[in-house]
Amino acid sequence: MSVDTSKVASSNGRNAATASKPGRASGLANWADDRLGLATAMKKNLRKVFPDHWSFMLGEIALWSFVVLLLTGVFLTLWFVPSMGHITYEGSYDQLRGVGMSEAMASTVHISFDVRGGLLMRQMHHWAASIFIAAMMVHLLRVAFTGAYRKPRELNWVIGCLLLLLGTLEGFTGYSLPDDLLSGTGVRAADGFMKATPVVGTYMSFFLFGGEFPGESIIPRLYIVHVLLIPGLLLGLIAAHMLLLVYHKHTQWPGPGRTEQNVVGFPMLPVYAAKAGGFFFVVFGVIALMGGLMSINPVWKFGPYDPTKVTAGSQPDWYMGWPDGALRIIPTGWESVIFGYTISWNVLLPILVLPPLMLTILALIPFIEAWITGDKREHHLLQRPRNAPTRTAVFVALMTFYGLLWAAGGNDIIAIRLDMSINAITYFMRVAVILGPILAFWITRRWCISLQRHDNEMLLHGYESGVILRSPEGSYTERHLPLSETRAYTLTARDRDRVFTVDGDRDAAGVEAPDSRSQRLRARLSRWMFAHNVQKPTAAELEEAHHHAAHEAELQSGLDHPVDGHQFDDHRLRDTEEVPLRD
Amino acid sequence: MSTTTQGENLPAQHEADPIADPGLPDHTWRPTDVDTRAEKRAERQVAAMFGLSAVFAVLFVVSYFVFDIGEDWDTVGGLGASNVSLGVTLGLSLLLIGVGIIHWARKLMADHEMVEMRHPARSSDEDRTATLAALDAGAQESGIGRRPLVRNSLIGSVAMLGLPAVVVLRDLGPLPGDKLAHTIWEEGMRLVRDVIGTPIKASDIEIGDLINAAPEALFPTEENGYPVLPNGEYQVEKAKGAIIVVRMEPDEIIAPADRENWTVDGIISYSKICTHVGCPISLYERTTHHVLCPCHQSTFDLADSAKVVFGPAARPLPQLPLSVDAEGYLIAQSDFTEPIGASYWEREKQ
Repeated sequence: MSVDTSKVASSNGRNAATASKPGRASGLANWADDRLGLATAMKKNLRKVFPDHWSFMLGEIALWSFVVLLLTGVFLTLWFVPSMGHITYEGSYDQLRGVGMSEAMASTVHISFDVRGGLLMRQMHHWAASIFIAAMMVHLLRVAFTGAYRKPRELNWVIGCLLLLLGTLEGFTGYSLPDDLLSGTGVRAADGFMKATPVVGTYMSFFLFGGEFPGESIIPRLYIVHVLLIPGLLLGLIAAHMLLLVYHKHTQWPGPGRTEQNVVGFPMLPVYAAKAGGFFFVVFGVIALMGGLMSINPVWKFGPYDPTKVTAGSQPDWYMGWPDGALRIIPTGWESVIFGYTISWNVLLPILVLPPLMLTILALIPFIEAWITGDKREHHLLQRPRNAPTRTAVFVALMTFYGLLWAAGGNDIIAIRLDMSINAITYFMRVAVILGPILAFWITRRWCISLQRHDNEMLLHGYESGVILRSPEGSYTERHLPLSETRAYTLTARDRDRVFTVDGDRDAAGVEAPDSRSQRLRARLSRWMFAHNVQKPTAAELEEAHHHAAHEAELQSGLDHPVDGHQFDDHRLRDTEEVPLRD
Repeated sequence: MSTTTQGENLPAQHEADPIADPGLPDHTWRPTDVDTRAEKRAERQVAAMFGLSAVFAVLFVVSYFVFDIGEDWDTVGGLGASNVSLGVTLGLSLLLIGVGIIHWARKLMADHEMVEMRHPARSSDEDRTATLAALDAGAQESGIGRRPLVRNSLIGSVAMLGLPAVVVLRDLGPLPGDKLAHTIWEEGMRLVRDVIGTPIKASDIEIGDLINAAPEALFPTEENGYPVLPNGEYQVEKAKGAIIVVRMEPDEIIAPADRENWTVDGIISYSKICTHVGCPISLYERTTHHVLCPCHQSTFDLADSAKVVFGPAARPLPQLPLSVDAEGYLIAQSDFTEPIGASYWEREKQ
């Protein structure tokens, strides 16, 4: 395709502008560089290349919602009173006027009804928190499903897991601050969790609450954790996460010209900076609209915390839902008394063991995978989920486990909304959380392998054109057309899996090699991971298939003109070189 | 496998396996690159979005001053005119800037993809050697390897600093002692209604009723002579002392031998605090005598010593031994005979 480039707009030149005489901007840059010496670092980074794909934006949503959290959070601190001192509410909200409550609750209601824009900021803050955690989770899944956590990015994956943990804790401490009936119920449950800790449980509880629950210390203590301690850690870890991202350079999808050795995309200045900066405003704007139009956490409807009251349908914020689900479906009576000491398995397992265990498994997955594959190379090209069937299936199984527990955390809501027996739902969930992930693993893996077969099918025999041919004998066949070179290359731009096998685990004298037991385990896992995968065709197989296809095509008549009705689309028979092939 | 050479670190290659890399596709021009009118149009669109954003920013200020909050908080679909208008104007103002910038980037900024080469994450061998040499020199010159006495005593002293760091937190709270094993209930204390604090006459409770009750000590008057508790202590006793009182047909109660005189004419009382993680229990089904905790659905049978019939809880609700005083009001025979609420490690020892 040739284009008359003489008509190209003047503001859209191919080359970066060359510096002419120093203007005011470069004068300022020189002044700064004389003192800071930034030019050396900037010369490489200002035009740093970032690859483009919609899925690379998910982490950005988390980043920008964190910025929104900082901004709206600072606003809220100007009025919020982190105190459990008892006062009588006398603000604008009729239904609570004259009701005794803590200063924390009263100031929250004050922010909502007597500070202009206060309710907006509160709702934006809560929505942004939900989006922050949701975006981190989806971003984590993107990274996992594309194998972006492989060397050299394993440590950044671990940092990401810590960010998810801290984000969740930050959310919990945050929604506990208003000291309303719902959040107070959550804090009391948290006190119950702590007391279930063997040996030191009651000490932890007494030290955190400054005595017995609820006391008068917990809100000020959660407050400082929420506004200083965790945000500080989050900021530091986010900075490390971003620095590593810049140092490693972003992963990219394979494609023509996109290899393990390069990164292809737009420069930071101006395109990426504009897109990312613009996206900040988009995230901010969407959160503002949500804050204005969608009510969230209306604490004035719940009322102040009263340790003798609770409402039906009490739920934690959604990201705390899955351990709560595990807590709900634990069978009755799992508690033992050993040597006179009580061990509450019914709380210990779902709350104190399961979540840390899941997080540890998550953080270790890149290292386990690298040990099984024995792969010491760096990987910068992403894998399609289908091309790592076992990994994809493991993550779908984890997602299923998470999702079922999350649903179990809403068993009362499901029971009411769907008019079902809460007992039946609970019994079902006890079985489903075990069988569901196994089933999900099996289905996903078979599904991925089928998709791999389909890819090979297309590479070898072409794509289904939708053109049905009738032979002179009257039989019908569908015409298959070869993939474009771009598409075919992209499909084959992946590694062949190598199954690790143990050889020579005994030396000549029959003595076992020192770590051959772990190596045999590694070989078994490697076989389990890769043995069923479908490998891309070899050059010879492709050659053979294309030869065969050409032969087939010759047998079918009418190849020299387009099939009726397909003269102008890309399904017509390929009669000249100029016809672009479908991508 | 701890050492890797630079060669092993190089990224994987797929060259010509089985198809050769056709290389980056040619750049295709956008309409805004080749058509001045399209370019001008895009420019106007971007500027219009920025302009509109400024209008919404002004409207935000206008709404701030125009719409009342306080009394009128729930106008406009229960959301509040002020909140809705502030949110919408701020949201649109921000969105228009964002969309405008992205539109500018997509339509008008150069869209030539650039190629940058990657380098292995590891440093070069020379740098590694130099760094190791520097570390080594540091270690040598400090003599940290040669002087184990200095090294080990330093490690010991720094480790010992952990003690002050832990001990200084000691005053975060008092030690638990046996505080969790006791509540404010005591012999002869009246049961009162939990909101208004009036004592409960046994004869006022109908069969099937459930009353949320509290210890009278939480409602001190001159008459009953209980001391006024400071707020923190009051909240603690309130959290532990909450009970439910129900009345059923006396023959429906399956009382163990040692609890036969803990009820008054079918009136029976239990701690309201769930033995699972401590939510107050409240959902009562009078026909089955089951009470359900709304937090995690533990269900207790109040006719049968509040045994767990469903859900994650492991222990029955503690029962409060009841009696009546001379005036016919319900009173406690004693404190609970076991700790109320969630389980904890030393529970059985107290």
